[in-house]
Amino acid sequence: MGLFILRRFGVMLLTALCLTFIVFFLTNLFPNLEKLAKTQGNQRMSDEQVQAWLDNRGYSQPLLTKYGQWIGVVPGFTKTLNDGQFVGTCVRPGQTQEETPRFCGILQGDWGYSTRFKENVDEIIWKRLGNTLYLMMWVMILMVPSALLVGVLAGMREGSRTDRSLSTFSILTTATPEYVSGVIFIAVFTSSTVGLKWFKGTATQAMDDPTFENFFLPVLTIALYGMGYIARMTRASMTEVMTAQYIRTARLKGVSFPNIVVKHALRNALIAPFTVIMLQFPWLLNGVVIVESLFNYKGFGWVLVEAAGNNDIQLLLAVSVVSVFVVLITQLISDIGYVYLNPRIRIS
Amino acid sequence: MEPLGTFEIIARILYQLSSVWIALILLFALSIAFKRRLGLYGKLFDSPIGMIGFGLVMFWVFVGIFGALDLIVTHDPLTQVSGMKNKLPGTPLADADEGQYGWYLLGGDNLARDVFSRMVKGAWIVVQIAPLATLFAFMVGITLGLPAGYFGGRLDTFLSFLANLILAFPVILLFYLLVTPEIVATGLPTMMAIVLFMFPIIFLGVLLNSRYRTQPAFRTPLLVGILGVSLWLYLALISEGGYLVRSVPGLPTVLDPFDIPGGILVVFVSVVFVNSPTVFRIVRGLALDIKTRDYVAAAQTRGEGPWYIMLWEILPNARGPLIVDFCLRIGYTTILLGTLGFFGLGLPPESPDWGSTINEGRKLLSIYLHPALPPALALLSLVLGLNLLADGLREESLRD
Repeated sequence: MGLFILRRFGVMLLTALCLTFIVFFLTNLFPNLEKLAKTQGNQRMSDEQVQAWLDNRGYSQPLLTKYGQWIGVVPGFTKTLNDGQFVGTCVRPGQTQEETPRFCGILQGDWGYSTRFKENVDEIIWKRLGNTLYLMMWVMILMVPSALLVGVLAGMREGSRTDRSLSTFSILTTATPEYVSGVIFIAVFTSSTVGLKWFKGTATQAMDDPTFENFFLPVLTIALYGMGYIARMTRASMTEVMTAQYIRTARLKGVSFPNIVVKHALRNALIAPFTVIMLQFPWLLNGVVIVESLFNYKGFGWVLVEAAGNNDIQLLLAVSVVSVFVVLITQLISDIGYVYLNPRIRIS
Repeated sequence: MEPLGTFEIIARILYQLSSVWIALILLFALSIAFKRRLGLYGKLFDSPIGMIGFGLVMFWVFVGIFGALDLIVTHDPLTQVSGMKNKLPGTPLADADEGQYGWYLLGGDNLARDVFSRMVKGAWIVVQIAPLATLFAFMVGITLGLPAGYFGGRLDTFLSFLANLILAFPVILLFYLLVTPEIVATGLPTMMAIVLFMFPIIFLGVLLNSRYRTQPAFRTPLLVGILGVSLWLYLALISEGGYLVRSVPGLPTVLDPFDIPGGILVVFVSVVFVNSPTVFRIVRGLALDIKTRDYVAAAQTRGEGPWYIMLWEILPNARGPLIVDFCLRIGYTTILLGTLGFFGLGLPPESPDWGSTINEGRKLLSIYLHPALPPALALLSLVLGLNLLADGLREESLRD
């Protein structure tokens, strides 16, 4: 087991390296750098000015050198301009030449400096990730129990009327992407036209002071889309368990139906959904980006949109590292958890 | 003219869609009449869920096709009519010209365009892109997934690593990196198109060659014909104005019947790119399972080549789950296209596709509902139809 986890970590590191390199390559293509120069400098820069801007900030070095600098194995770019100003990738505003470290990369714990927010990348990421984690926590609290409940209720009596209606409900939720359900919810519950006005259409205030009124709709929107899938998996696994021999034995023995479901079937039926729930995390990340734009909630997804829209290279790299690790760690947890929950399967 | 009442709006919309109703009734009547002779497709009409799903899907397909033929739309989806900005459904045009439709059936959007016509034209964009992109993703996934599952070993490790690499990317991040005007300017999407669009040709070539390898007299003309046509289509797809990428010469303009605008191409390519790793994983899993069967061993003993076994023994036996996944995946592709439109990526901002329209409509959602809701409900019903269709197909294919 130890070796298995170690190997998975190795693959994980390799994947993260490859992915960040791809992001690095795409963001460092010349048209993107030109756009960066023009948004940071001014829109009417001539081609020579763009080139000079890029030269002075180390963007014209070879790709691998720049990537090495970001990792922290190549000394950071430095240059003394004609007017005596000292610039470089490691220089932060207010630092002198002596204070500037020689290396500044991931290995030194320096995630870089955001050109969009004029702040250190790790500070932005921590602050925004906190907002998103809070959102995700409530999504999970709402989504997982209700999905399992729907799945178990639908799966315990296959083909019954409850099963039919709950299954239709879960198909409906999987067919409704967040931007559709979000728009419908906002239209029905917040607009003055329908006049219900139960909730607020934006979650901007929820960042400081989350209340049921301003926070429930974003949570519900993300939770609904993920719910249908988990519910369908739970239903499939539940129907399979309900036809098993030991359930029949229990029924013949005269155990009451609620007892069979709760004590005998439930535990075995919940193994498969566990993996599905863990693998839902990466999908939630997508939903988070959509919902955060829709409800104007400034979290991780909002940072992603801002960073990508402004070609903020170092922020975008940090965002991709975080999301890649979320994806890979949830995969690892789901694999390990699966083995613990189901002793019949052992990793070979 | 008076504004229309709710009942009148519904009646007029139903009337505008009459060509769709006729096509649907004909299709269902013919299919039910001959359902015993139509294989899996015919069995679909035994399951109510499948029938509802199929009906919903075909409804939007017909709306898309007839919309493109201008049988349904009441106004041009891009024309702004003065005085119609944000007007409620059923508002009459202030001064309708001769021959112009007198009302905005579902109201006007914030640029005074007809919401109903835009929704209908949006259906055509989805109907054009989603099935084709899914088909391409399947070709890529099958061509790579079958050998990965069948041969295993290093090839499998490498391809699986690549697939997991792409899957580890959050889709939206990938879209934001790939679908921007700056990236289009570098020619990267065209290069990806050159690689990705090659797979259907390889697939077709290998498929036919492995089947008719023993009859060279029949195989050679067949291959030359089919590969010739598909190669020509391939070059016509990717070359623009006589060039592949900037300075690499491609197909001369004389032989190039159609040009795909850069915006559409990049959307298409990125959707194929995002979908194919998942298809790869499914096909690989199926191939791993099926290659242990007796009929595969029998084919191996007969001395059949590996590609024959993969494409003519394993693939046909994996068709059930693949067809079901194909339906689900078209729905997922529709959702992805909407996501792209929602973030304003790829397609031009005035394009009537559903995602862009939802995005535009949501800005005024607290005051005006009518611009955002029709495309949202349209997308919802199409994806729901595809899901129900997949469910019906799964049920019917498990039955025998």
